[in-house]
Amino acid sequence: MTALRHFETPLFKTPFHPRTEAANKLWAWGNWGGYTTALAYQDEALEYSAIRNSATVYDLCPMIKYRVEGPDAAAYLNRLTLRNVAKLTVGGVQYTAWVNDAGHLLDDGTLFRLAPERFRICCQERHLNWLEDSAFGFDVTITEETEEIAALSLQGPTSAEILRLAGFAIDGLKPFRMAEFSLGKGRLMISRTGFTGDLGYELWTTPDQALGLWDLLFQAGALHGLRPIGSSTLNMARLEAGLIITGYDFTPADTCVREDRLRSPLEMGLGWMIDWDKGHFTGKAALAAQRDHGTRWSFVGLEIEGNISAEGAILYHRQKTEVGVVTGAIWSPILKKNIAMAQILTKYAAGGDIWAEIYALRELHYEKLMMPARVVDRPFFTHDRRRATPPGRF
Amino acid sequence: MPSFDTIVIGAGPNGLAAAHRLASKGAKVLVLEAAATPGGGAGLAHLSYNLDARVEKVMQLAAHGLALAEPNLATTALSPDGNHLRLEGPVGERLSGAVTDQDHAAWAALRARLLRFAAVLSPLNHMAPPRIAKGVGNPLVKLAMIGLRARLMGAKDFRELGRILLTNVHDLLDDELTSPLLKGALAFEAALGGWLGPRSPNTVLPWLVRLSGQVAGRQGALGLPKGGMVALGAAMAASATAAGVTLRCNARVARIIVEGERVQGVTLTDGEEIRAARVVSAIAPKTTLLTLVVARHLDAGLVTRARHLKARGGAAKLHLTLREAPDFRGAQLTDRLLIAGSEHDVERSYNPVKYGRVPDRPGMEIMIPTAHEPHIDGKHHLSAIAQFAPHAPADRDAARADMLAACMAQLEAHAPGIGALVESAEILMPYDIETRYGLPGGQWHAGELSVEQMLFLRPLQGIAQYRGPIPGLWLASAGCHPGGGVSGSAGWNAAIAMEAE
Repeated sequence: MTALRHFETPLFKTPFHPRTEAANKLWAWGNWGGYTTALAYQDEALEYSAIRNSATVYDLCPMIKYRVEGPDAAAYLNRLTLRNVAKLTVGGVQYTAWVNDAGHLLDDGTLFRLAPERFRICCQERHLNWLEDSAFGFDVTITEETEEIAALSLQGPTSAEILRLAGFAIDGLKPFRMAEFSLGKGRLMISRTGFTGDLGYELWTTPDQALGLWDLLFQAGALHGLRPIGSSTLNMARLEAGLIITGYDFTPADTCVREDRLRSPLEMGLGWMIDWDKGHFTGKAALAAQRDHGTRWSFVGLEIEGNISAEGAILYHRQKTEVGVVTGAIWSPILKKNIAMAQILTKYAAGGDIWAEIYALRELHYEKLMMPARVVDRPFFTHDRRRATPPGRF
Repeated sequence: MPSFDTIVIGAGPNGLAAAHRLASKGAKVLVLEAAATPGGGAGLAHLSYNLDARVEKVMQLAAHGLALAEPNLATTALSPDGNHLRLEGPVGERLSGAVTDQDHAAWAALRARLLRFAAVLSPLNHMAPPRIAKGVGNPLVKLAMIGLRARLMGAKDFRELGRILLTNVHDLLDDELTSPLLKGALAFEAALGGWLGPRSPNTVLPWLVRLSGQVAGRQGALGLPKGGMVALGAAMAASATAAGVTLRCNARVARIIVEGERVQGVTLTDGEEIRAARVVSAIAPKTTLLTLVVARHLDAGLVTRARHLKARGGAAKLHLTLREAPDFRGAQLTDRLLIAGSEHDVERSYNPVKYGRVPDRPGMEIMIPTAHEPHIDGKHHLSAIAQFAPHAPADRDAARADMLAACMAQLEAHAPGIGALVESAEILMPYDIETRYGLPGGQWHAGELSVEQMLFLRPLQGIAQYRGPIPGLWLASAGCHPGGGVSGSAGWNAAIAMEAE
């Protein structure tokens, strides 16, 4: 009766698990979308250092992946998502988002055009019902392929060199483009994408090639400072890059209970994605009305005085009026600054006399700090090497 | 070909009412009708019970040929033993026959209360549904007046209205009455055209909507137009044409043209394109959104909700040609005849339909128009609405045959020998009605009239004020508030909403 014992091990293991398990000296695991994933492997400071100074791998398998294919695939995705899919050529990748009828964000993610009529959506949350519902009237097939793909994120200044040493000719690959290679008895797709605001790639293959890929990379990266990183470190890098995560920086509309917590792309700093001229898409009328009337909420980057992370801090105007909340914050080692991202009432989004109320737990007592916060542009950190093609030999 | 600024899809009562009003206000209106003659769903109905008084007056239907053969038709609830119950006057004002003394008084009180409640709610029929939001221009004074009139009925009635509004007809009748024939007739009446049995929750509200109608100023009356309900459709068409509307029959719309994210006209099934900046769809909202507009021009959530719009028809239509007049054990053939022996019979005829099967003993509303006006062929014609019939049985042809047999058995039981008089018989199942009249699921009201699809939820929340989801598109069918019957109310209300633009 082994079939009835599944509850004893409720979390799936990713195809890289034999390697991540061996590398996880801290035995620090977390549940990401039902998968056992490493929060940290050995030393968070070294892991962070590797992102900005050498190279890192991060197990991306729990990202949700859907294949969209058929004669109407492009038209379908143009109606589903905010950006213009017609402008996405084969071999290209779009960072995009989608909303419900009311213009409230469901998720953001990356859209890969694998062939003229075949795409892949890669995102944080599960959306099969929404994608299927949206498919009514279109000649498309939606396939959930999360478990059919093993994915690793290879990020950092030496990532390109490691790929070269592993035998992949990626010199011509520009940001937001992808290329196919053979790997063992299978295939490897390499896209120049990532979540760190730095030079980096995402590697997509089949589960049977996963361990071979891991070993190949670590062999090639032995002298280039390659190390695995966990979610804690990745979170630091993505905050420095000013990138948002569904469920952290906003609550997705399909699971949001409180009406006033719903957020539109215009309120989450994603208004630039919306192609108002591409024709109809789901939520367009609602978003156009919001564009014309103005948003109640805005999403901003903040620099906060001091060196105490402002995670979860409440924002005040003149230390009195509550005007927002910090959704993610760290002390940034590379910038030597205390940075944060926050939802703030649009009225106060230009900044000026904004304060963050930080509760720092120090030996079982909260130190309450009221620190000045300055609204700044995102990303907080970026580097020319992110875009340089061919990428430098570090 | 002259150019039009407005195209109305469907020459049913609502399409014609909307077209007439728009044309009278100066619009150049083209009405496109798929069938060979105008009238739409009016041809399905037996009787007039809720023709909108505004429509009747402004369209001057009397001047365009509408006359009533009988403005206040009586009903006979048939008993197989000849001990019938006769209901005369609007909604059984006077009862005679198989009814207990106690029920005479009980029914008089219940009837008066129901008519009072229906009258209080009836102003809702003449306005666009309110929206559940602030600052959206709701007619607050009108709404307050409806509330006030409800309250002015007195605490007892007001409480009673609240108590019964969402309850079921079976319990309501069971609380007050005992005579099976009376309860059967009333339960059948309340369930007509719907997909709910008498014991289904929320069957009282649709009945109150039905009772809010009127014929010649008499609330709850049943009117038989000379020439049948088809004549009502024809009078409306004549009136609309006189008001300057161009009517084209045999013109089936295949697509509503959407360009630049607004409506630009329609394409007919033969490929002809007709351009107009405004398209008013007076056919079922479900068909309009999913077939004529198509999904890619609409938000995904709206399309999903439109797909889930409930449109199940529960009524079949039977037409018999008889060699001579049948004998329903002495019942007057000019009456509306009902076969609904008890409230339980009505419920039992609904049960198998829930599972896609044919009931053994369907309830029937029988009209013999030839008892009022002889037909030129000299024969008798019997028309019956048989409830309930499955809208999506596994085997459609077998279900049709079974339904015909069940109807004939019912008729034979109440009019012995009628089977031998039949020269020809035709039965339209809900799916046949869908094919012939374009009503999804063969649903009479172009979408079920039940509480979750009424008022600001009809046809769907967000598009319940007649304005469609795309600029230039308007919805004006029975699938919109206030719903079905042959009223023209939805079309008229929609035209008013368009004027307010």
